[in-house]
Amino acid sequence: MSDAAATHGEHDEAAHLAHYMKIYRTLVVLFLVSVSGPFISDHFVHSKALVLVTAFGIALVKAYLVCAHFMHLNVEKKFVIYMLTTALVFMFLFFAGVSPDIMEHRGRNWENVAAREETASALKEQAERAAHPGEHEGAEHAE
Amino acid sequence: MSRPIATTRSVTGIATGKLAVWWVLASEIVIFGGLLCSYLMHRLGHPEFGGYAAHTNTALGATNTFVLLTSSLFAVRAHFEAEHGRGKSAANWLYMTVGGALTFLCIKGYEWHHEISEGFVISKNAFWSFYYTAAGLHACHVIGGAIIMLIIAQDAKKNQELQRVELIGIYWHFVDVVWIFLFPLLYIAK
Repeated sequence: MSDAAATHGEHDEAAHLAHYMKIYRTLVVLFLVSVSGPFISDHFVHSKALVLVTAFGIALVKAYLVCAHFMHLNVEKKFVIYMLTTALVFMFLFFAGVSPDIMEHRGRNWENVAAREETASALKEQAERAAHPGEHEGAEHAE
Repeated sequence: MSRPIATTRSVTGIATGKLAVWWVLASEIVIFGGLLCSYLMHRLGHPEFGGYAAHTNTALGATNTFVLLTSSLFAVRAHFEAEHGRGKSAANWLYMTVGGALTFLCIKGYEWHHEISEGFVISKNAFWSFYYTAAGLHACHVIGGAIIMLIIAQDAKKNQELQRVELIGIYWHFVDVVWIFLFPLLYIAK
């Protein structure tokens, strides 16, 4: 191998490594944002939208970066992406088909009494614990 | 010397071994996706889950997220070294990735020990059932990945079967991606 080719190869290697480090730094910054969003919401602005965007929106971006650049899906054969997308479509179909029965406790001709009662009693218990924090200490062990 | 079918047959344009890993991951999407979708439906339908999630330790969850992200970088470095024919260096990066896996499992073990001693066990309610099932299934994948990495590193050290470094790397990044979604679902949405 000539000196020029070797130098080119080293340059190429350095560029690849620099690219991976850039992606890693971006992931760390996004991770810090995803953690700080809920903290800011809890202590300063009380915004659910902020939590949703910083926690779940950024999770999507992080997942994209890992898949595209670390798993190399950006240069992988297209049918691999189709294969994975098909699995994702099945996942969303499952969600779409089942979620109305789980997320709602009451419909036109039905009622999920157990879920409704469980939610009501749990919320009541949590409200009582919040109102009298000292009283319930150690209760977890007793249950 | 005869070469294994996993590296020589590539009717699809991808070596069969790599195609098999993508198939595994496609099935894993359905497994983890189904579990996470079920959790999400219950989380949205049961506002009390927010109160239960307040007992999970966000700092430890965040530390584990950082550990897995860093181990993903180590895995991609291992692949990079293997691609350039440097088996010993690839093995070393794989060992560092395994170190990340062990750190993750130690933190998780500490976290679970603390939660169980507080009375938050798998049978307490639906939230904790989901929590231990999802995090436990993920931890099983971390353990499996770490064991496979150790086996591959043994061969890589001798400059053998270097193509496997990429395959375990792809799997490891998937494990990282699953945690990227588990972290906000179980630790942040309170």
